[in-house]
Amino acid sequence: MAASTEQKNAKLVKVLVLVVIGMFGFGYALVPLYDVLCELTGINGKGDKTAVKESTYQADINRELTIEFLTTINEQTPLRFWAEKKQLKVNPGKYYTVNFYAENKSGKTLTSQAIASFSPGLAANYVEKVECFCFRQQVFQPDETKTMPMRFVIKPDIPQELKTITLSYTFFDNTKKNAQK
Amino acid sequence: MSAVIGEHDKHHDHSAHEHDHDHHDHGPAKGWLRWIITTNHKDIGTLYLIFALAMFFVGGVMALIIRAELFQPGLNFVEPQFFNSMTTMHALIMIFGAVMPAFVGLANWQIPLMIGAPDMALPRMNNMSFWMLVAGATLLGSTLFMEGGAPAAGWTLYPPLVLQTGKALPFAIFSVHILGISSIMGAINIIATIFNMRAPGMTLMRMPMFVWTWMITAFLLIAVMPVFAGAVTMLLTDKFFETSFFNAAGGGDPVLYQHIFWFFGHPEVYILILPTFGLASTIIPVFARKPLFGYSSMVYATAAIAFLSFIVWAHHMFTVGMPLAGELYFMYSTMIIAVPTAVKVFNWTATMWKGAMTFETPMLFSICFVVLFTMGGFTGLMMAIAPSDLQYHDTYFIVAHFHYVLVPSVIFMIMAAAYFWLPKWTGNMYNERVGQLHFWLSAISVNILFFPQHFLGLAGMPRRIPDYAVQFTDWNQVSTVGAFIFGISQLLFLYIVIDTIRGGVGKTTSEVWEGAVQYGGGGTVGLEWTLPSPPPYHTFTEQPVVEPIHFDDHEPIHGRA
Repeated sequence: MAASTEQKNAKLVKVLVLVVIGMFGFGYALVPLYDVLCELTGINGKGDKTAVKESTYQADINRELTIEFLTTINEQTPLRFWAEKKQLKVNPGKYYTVNFYAENKSGKTLTSQAIASFSPGLAANYVEKVECFCFRQQVFQPDETKTMPMRFVIKPDIPQELKTITLSYTFFDNTKKNAQK
Repeated sequence: MSAVIGEHDKHHDHSAHEHDHDHHDHGPAKGWLRWIITTNHKDIGTLYLIFALAMFFVGGVMALIIRAELFQPGLNFVEPQFFNSMTTMHALIMIFGAVMPAFVGLANWQIPLMIGAPDMALPRMNNMSFWMLVAGATLLGSTLFMEGGAPAAGWTLYPPLVLQTGKALPFAIFSVHILGISSIMGAINIIATIFNMRAPGMTLMRMPMFVWTWMITAFLLIAVMPVFAGAVTMLLTDKFFETSFFNAAGGGDPVLYQHIFWFFGHPEVYILILPTFGLASTIIPVFARKPLFGYSSMVYATAAIAFLSFIVWAHHMFTVGMPLAGELYFMYSTMIIAVPTAVKVFNWTATMWKGAMTFETPMLFSICFVVLFTMGGFTGLMMAIAPSDLQYHDTYFIVAHFHYVLVPSVIFMIMAAAYFWLPKWTGNMYNERVGQLHFWLSAISVNILFFPQHFLGLAGMPRRIPDYAVQFTDWNQVSTVGAFIFGISQLLFLYIVIDTIRGGVGKTTSEVWEGAVQYGGGGTVGLEWTLPSPPPYHTFTEQPVVEPIHFDDHEPIHGRA
């Protein structure tokens, strides 16, 4: 093989290896890109992660939507978790408070995180939460039962075609994870 | 037909031979060590092909275990956990152990011969990538014997389910890393070979289509294998190092994994199918005794398919809860892929149109590929339509679809390539009657095996389940019978390979197939057919000068009066 071919090969291989390393990095770059894209377009359907200040909206008493509450626990999280009501008829622009309850069924202290999810996902952009147990991790003492109010408003500019919104909360057990920190 | 390699080249060849005597080995090293330390592209190609054939039977046995369990409803034969391991391992072994290595093996044998290069550009890396493949596949296979069993969450390894794998998880992930590095090294080698080692006169637009499609495939490989490696590394750190890439409780999102996986996964699908297209475009013209119809449109169609493969990934995720705009975008972009693919199907058909066709085994497999691949493509279009995919998603319909584009398409074309080049590689002709028997048994049984799965899927039978409702029994039994006929028929192929290596039905010529020199290349003669059969251990040590071939439209086509 001529020396020039060897040089050309070495140069090409260097470029290709850089491409490989770059694409490995791109795989990781997809993680923040995904979050940014979901945030910009509001398509992730998870809703607020921190409290929004209570403001005054013009309540639309002529329009009524149904909001349904789903309560789920992940895998082996030793909780009993339920909502005060399974569903609620609401007017856009009015503030409502719904109580959620969770009971620690284990004899141990439990750290748990609730994750919200809206269906349809786009509805998440029109629900503002003033108070939610999902904003921070919840610590349960052994056998403790907690009452956790969730206060929210549905913004009056919510599209007409949305008539029913499902808001689902799932509790994940973070005890082990926190212990290791 | 005219020999296009000029007189002076023959002279060069001769002096190259003298040259050889001074500086190179005459042939392979003696003894078994030859196969461990070889850097010869023909040896490594052989190793890859034998390895792929072995894995084809390992993966095939797993498929038969799956089909045996599904012969009747109820749990009859294996534990559900083991059944799930079988569906997962069958896919991983067939994709990473059988199909991809078979293509790398064909590339190793054929690309240097087709472009007039003495060897691959990076022969020692070539050896290393083969032995890493063996190591990776062994590691993957060893997970079957680990506590908690082999991975059982499907080949897509979706979290959070895959994180419940027992002790095998880190081993399976590490094996994916090794297999990935191996195929990235193979891809870099192929790109370097094609870019820098072509004989004078072998311009890009004169390369045989197999070389073209492999080059594009190699670019896909180096673009997406690292992304997959990243995704499984995230799984690993989520499980063992408390990161939360895909852990919802820690702020991650399991759907993110699906996006990253399919950003790799969809191009991966084309990594499997593009070299298949190249094989069909190389084999069909020889047996039609006509140049490939629309050579340049084939090249552009391949490039277009490769580009589109990067922007359609979420059509695997229509049911994950995407917004309407996303569903529509991925639906339309997916349907666009049908255009360049149809260009290819039309070109193959036009190549055969009014050709002087003969129907030896490689051609039979190729024609079967064109027909059944088109069918598999149409069911793909059905699932590209988001609203109807909501019904088909994760049913046996998708199983039928991707098996139609993998078994009677990819596997059949690899078979066709083996029949096509085996006489060239060994110098011996295979037994045509046994070859045709193998073809007909395979072509009929593959339809008995997979066609009923369309009905099962439309009727609602989910995939990846060891048990099912009784109303699905009839078609499952038909499918299982087909599976066993298909599986046992493949032993004929094994017989033919061994028999041909040991002498077959006699010596063959250097051209092997009438018309192979003239129609077996791209824009030049088929270079490998100008070499003796079998080709000497070192070929093209002095690069030949190749000239474009001119197909004379007025010349009567061979075999037609």
